[in-house]
Amino acid sequence: MPTTLSRRRFLGTAAATGAAALAAPAIVQAAQSLKVGTYGGFFEDSFKQFIFPEFTKATGIEVNSVAVPTGETWLVQIKNAARAKTAPADVSLMAGIPRSHGADQKVFKALDDSKIPNLSNMPDRFKDRYDDGTLYGVGAVSWYITLCTNSDEIPEAPDSWAALWDETYKDQIGLLGLASNSHMLEVTAATFFGGTDILDTKDGIQQVFDKLSELVPNVRLWYKDEGAFQQALQDGEIPMGQYYHDVAGLAAAEGFPVVSTFPKEGAVVDSGYWIVPEHAQPVDEIHEFINFISAAETQALLSRNVGTAPVVDPALTDLTEEELAAVSSPKAPIVPRYDIYKDHADWISDTWNQMIAG
Amino acid sequence: MQSSALSRYIGLIPSSVMIGAFFVIPFVLILLTSVSTPTDDGGYATGFDLQHFERFLTWFYIERALFSAGLCALIAVLSLLIAYPFTYFLTTFPPRSQTFWLIYILAQLSLSEVLIAFSWQILLSRTAGVANILVWIGVIEKSFAMTPSAGAVVAALVYLTVPFSVLLLFPALSRLDKSLIEASRTLGASPLRTFFTVIIPVTRPAIISGGVTVFVLTLGAIIVPQVLGKPEHWTLSVLITDQAIFNFNMPFASALAVVLLVLSATVIWLVTKFSGKKT
Repeated sequence: MPTTLSRRRFLGTAAATGAAALAAPAIVQAAQSLKVGTYGGFFEDSFKQFIFPEFTKATGIEVNSVAVPTGETWLVQIKNAARAKTAPADVSLMAGIPRSHGADQKVFKALDDSKIPNLSNMPDRFKDRYDDGTLYGVGAVSWYITLCTNSDEIPEAPDSWAALWDETYKDQIGLLGLASNSHMLEVTAATFFGGTDILDTKDGIQQVFDKLSELVPNVRLWYKDEGAFQQALQDGEIPMGQYYHDVAGLAAAEGFPVVSTFPKEGAVVDSGYWIVPEHAQPVDEIHEFINFISAAETQALLSRNVGTAPVVDPALTDLTEEELAAVSSPKAPIVPRYDIYKDHADWISDTWNQMIAG
Repeated sequence: MQSSALSRYIGLIPSSVMIGAFFVIPFVLILLTSVSTPTDDGGYATGFDLQHFERFLTWFYIERALFSAGLCALIAVLSLLIAYPFTYFLTTFPPRSQTFWLIYILAQLSLSEVLIAFSWQILLSRTAGVANILVWIGVIEKSFAMTPSAGAVVAALVYLTVPFSVLLLFPALSRLDKSLIEASRTLGASPLRTFFTVIIPVTRPAIISGGVTVFVLTLGAIIVPQVLGKPEHWTLSVLITDQAIFNFNMPFASALAVVLLVLSATVIWLVTKFSGKKT
């Protein structure tokens, strides 16, 4: 018995040493490079083209870009990797509900405020903290979901979300397919119930659902794939719907008849935060990266090239009024109520599915 | 005797280990997840809790399950209706052209569901779709989009499954004893009557196994219903994807997967019980 044990222990030690020896070159190499995850497609391309080279120029740290999925998928991948004590990226974008779920399950590494001096540039809502006050998420970019129209089919763009309920647009509207990414509950509450406070109670949410279900006959496409809707919007096949302001702006710049309007009730504002998986290794480089993106100059660069709204005080940036207007609006935005999708997750998802299935 | 039994067992080991590792273990994990208990931090832990199955037992999900079964049965029938006459005529071709057609049909299987779904989306769109041809011939005045709709879902799923049906029917039809047909004709039956009273009954096992295979295959289709259908055409598989990927609810997704599995097992069991014996 003792021999078996010691033999096993020996084997274990030998294996660990071997693994460490094999891993060593990787660590040395990793010190000069950082794996950064941004949403695949346009976002990743823009970061690779405009932001990462600037970061490498400023710090000498190479960036390996990783395309990450939006939504919970990425959190699931981070959690699965964590079981194997690895991280699929050193630092990555994450928004809304997945971030909140991840924080509940403590899968994000605690960050050190003192290593990110540029944190002082941004309001507290862009600093995500655990209950004990440690920082785990830092605002990266903000974007808006607006009311988008095809100007060939609808020459005069409506200025209120209420247009989605207008019977003249029967079977002509495209909306995001999930309660938790379309935020139509918040939009309905802001448009017809004077604000999102009504969503505090389940009864209130039910009332909002009742109002929201009235627009179902107008919806032609409940999209999960952005590309499908953008194509239909550009072609005029589906002339109106909710879409991302930045991408709509790019389509318009390319000459497509797409107009993005900030409705009078406000556009939905959503933000991506940098989070760091628990087992990410190059801690100093990660902090340096987050600090770089939080700088007012980088935020201005993002607004100009990626079309996102700055997470720092706009007054600190050198963005002109026109440039700022292109990415954001002085109108008060509709802020998503992530809490309701956590507290009533199953009920909202079931009620939503039943509603859209008619 | 003993040694031959032993060698038979030894021969079974590689395949059993493979089936165990890749089929049984994942299935047990799904089963365990479907009855797991939620934890305070929003995750789930091993336990025994039927709440996810209770959630399924609402009319909405039951209706979705019935819809999925009905849709898949319809696809199986349509697919066989198209594939059977085609395969029958194919077996009367000379061997060289039979091989050509079979290779062509096999090649269709290399197209993924994703590719097929998006191709149909373009084919049925307003701007680039077949409606433009109808305008050109003068059947309609203005082009229109034919997707999302139930018809689009059915068309793409039938397209997806016809090659499978042909390949499943081909062996039985090519081995069909031609003297049976000759006998039937000599006894005065018309070609049509021969087809329905001799050829179809003789190849019944192949029709049934083909139908069941297409049914089960279609139950797992996710992309076609989601891309080409409205929410009311989304199958249970789409809802499973939603729960697993977007809503982060693995236990409920697993419970729905178990329901789907029970559904297909029941259909296979019923079909073999009521139709397998006579042949």
